[in-house]
Amino acid sequence: MSILVNKDTKVIVQGFTGKEGSFHAEQCMAYGTKIVGGVTPNKGGTTHLGQPVFNTVKEAVATTGATVSMIFVPPAFVGDAVMEAAEAGIELAVIITEGAPVKDMQAAKAFATKHNMKTIGPNCPGIITAQECKIGIMPGMIFKKGNVGLISKSGTLTYEGANQVCNEGFGISTAVGIGGDPIIGLSYKQLLAMFEADPETHCIVMIGEIGGDLEIQAAAYIKENITKPVVAFIAGQTAPKGKTMGHAGAIVSGSAGTAVEKMAALEAAGATVVVSPAEIGKAVTKAMSKL
Amino acid sequence: MNIHEYQAKQIFAQYGVPTPKGIMVESVRDAVKAAEELGGPVWVVKAQIHAGGRGLGGGVKLARSLEEVEKLANEILGMTLVTHQTTAEGKLVQKLYIEDGADIKSEFYLSVVLDRKLEMPLIMASTEGGMNIEDVAEHTPEKIITIPVDPSIGFQGFHGRQLAFGLGLTDPVEQKNIISFAQKLFKVYMDKDAEMIEINPLVKTGTGEFIALDGKMGFDNSALGRQPDIAAMRDLTEENADEVEAARYGLSYVALDGEIGCMVNGAGLAMGTMDTINHMGGTPANFLDVGGSASAETVAKGFEIILKNPKVKAIFVNIFGGIVRCDRIANGIIEATKLTDVNVPVIVRLDGTNALEAAEILKNANIANLIVGNDLGDGAAKAVAAAKGN
Repeated sequence: MSILVNKDTKVIVQGFTGKEGSFHAEQCMAYGTKIVGGVTPNKGGTTHLGQPVFNTVKEAVATTGATVSMIFVPPAFVGDAVMEAAEAGIELAVIITEGAPVKDMQAAKAFATKHNMKTIGPNCPGIITAQECKIGIMPGMIFKKGNVGLISKSGTLTYEGANQVCNEGFGISTAVGIGGDPIIGLSYKQLLAMFEADPETHCIVMIGEIGGDLEIQAAAYIKENITKPVVAFIAGQTAPKGKTMGHAGAIVSGSAGTAVEKMAALEAAGATVVVSPAEIGKAVTKAMSKL
Repeated sequence: MNIHEYQAKQIFAQYGVPTPKGIMVESVRDAVKAAEELGGPVWVVKAQIHAGGRGLGGGVKLARSLEEVEKLANEILGMTLVTHQTTAEGKLVQKLYIEDGADIKSEFYLSVVLDRKLEMPLIMASTEGGMNIEDVAEHTPEKIITIPVDPSIGFQGFHGRQLAFGLGLTDPVEQKNIISFAQKLFKVYMDKDAEMIEINPLVKTGTGEFIALDGKMGFDNSALGRQPDIAAMRDLTEENADEVEAARYGLSYVALDGEIGCMVNGAGLAMGTMDTINHMGGTPANFLDVGGSASAETVAKGFEIILKNPKVKAIFVNIFGGIVRCDRIANGIIEATKLTDVNVPVIVRLDGTNALEAAEILKNANIANLIVGNDLGDGAAKAVAAAKGN
């Protein structure tokens, strides 16, 4: 078990033949992911990395039976690509591209929801079920199989957290990078529910940051619904107000979205909140030893 | 990206959103000429900087004669304006907006922002015009009305009625005017990929018309590629020069007050590194994300920018290589020590893709002042100790 993706998941790549799409699709295949084809308009009928290329997602789904799409198209075309995937019956779109306009994502997410398609990202490292299926750009070698689920807005903190967990002798069930944009797909709350229901996951690491209130919503959800231990870190305790810290969504506006507020809410919800990402591994060890 | 008031009003005018007449000037002589052209009898002389609270800081003043316009323009142009939204150093006023005085009967507040929870634009309005809206939200939240507008249906009549009745407007002409105003403003928001539009105050005149007395706009940086007219409005003099320079090399940089320079890949890890330094008793001098395509050149540039800050006593390079390869960062560090005089201790922690190769490269380079951090905690502790001279 794991959440969302496993060794049998069939994946297509939108933006398959581009530089980024090619490079990462190849890495995913080497990891063991079942990439069954890709979409690049006007390259339909050709073969790339040993897999068929289609002009439209609809054709790709009809021919390959893929249920997940990994999206690498340039920022200006992300909204279109997500809607195409939703309309074609894809169940989960993993959007890696950074810099998609917020207005496009707003429309695309609303449309995806209408078509019951889940989305992850944009501007994220993707999702990985350790030693089974990697859909994204993370370095696969650091994710060893185990019982810790991980959810993070930040790519490199996903790696940092997973690495510490594995160095402590534990491993990862599934890790999801949800992205740091103002509008994102699956959020902590939904993923927490999936990890709670997954028998392979015994402990959940949640890495958040300043800006927005997804972590606050997650805290309320943890309090009511999560029985598994949660270890949380919120990045940006030292970030100045009103400044965007790298991620488009990482900004403290007025008194809202601060790290302090989020840490307090998570603490009150029963999560173990660490003040530095350097302490994630040790906190997980402590939580796992109590089980 | 933010723009000036005069630019926001240019955009408003294109969409028929009423604003007072005004002219942007950059000299006292032109200020007087502009006032003559506008005709008076009352003018407002307004400092143009990218920050709110200009009035309280002395950057917005009323003039009742051309002589007064000249005197005020002289005072405000070239002054350093400190407001609650600027840094303590304030901002130099290089542009003025000379504007017709308006016949103000009452003041309102109106804005359009992205509601991240609802994932759609939100119109916010209040009868408490001219006040800091965050104070209103804190003390009298009932005086703020919020109207989410789903872009798939756009601004409808019912949105308008919620707004007009919510503001307590009973006169049919005034109702019609505010609805038309908001409808046009919403169109500006959508058409221009705005992140936020704020009009504070929005004034009602003696004849029941609504006019944008102020105008503040911010835009979605990711959409500037398809908004060339907006991108052209960028005023680099309003931005931190080091941040602009860093962006040119694909680096995301924010200056802070501390002593430990940070160079990290990924925004989350960069913030986490600052937090760790702080937690261990040190102070971060900056946020710096080298991004996903870091090369030897960008790393060298990063060092150069960090070292411009005289307060920096140590540099902590913290890289968890995913797409970024650690060997490239190692070569960048070596390159940087050749190009720039790195006269402070550099603590380097490299993990992930090609970390072993990177360690070998650094070892062979034999750089003085270089300290290896074994992991995030160890590296941060060593950086804090180094900054304290230990």
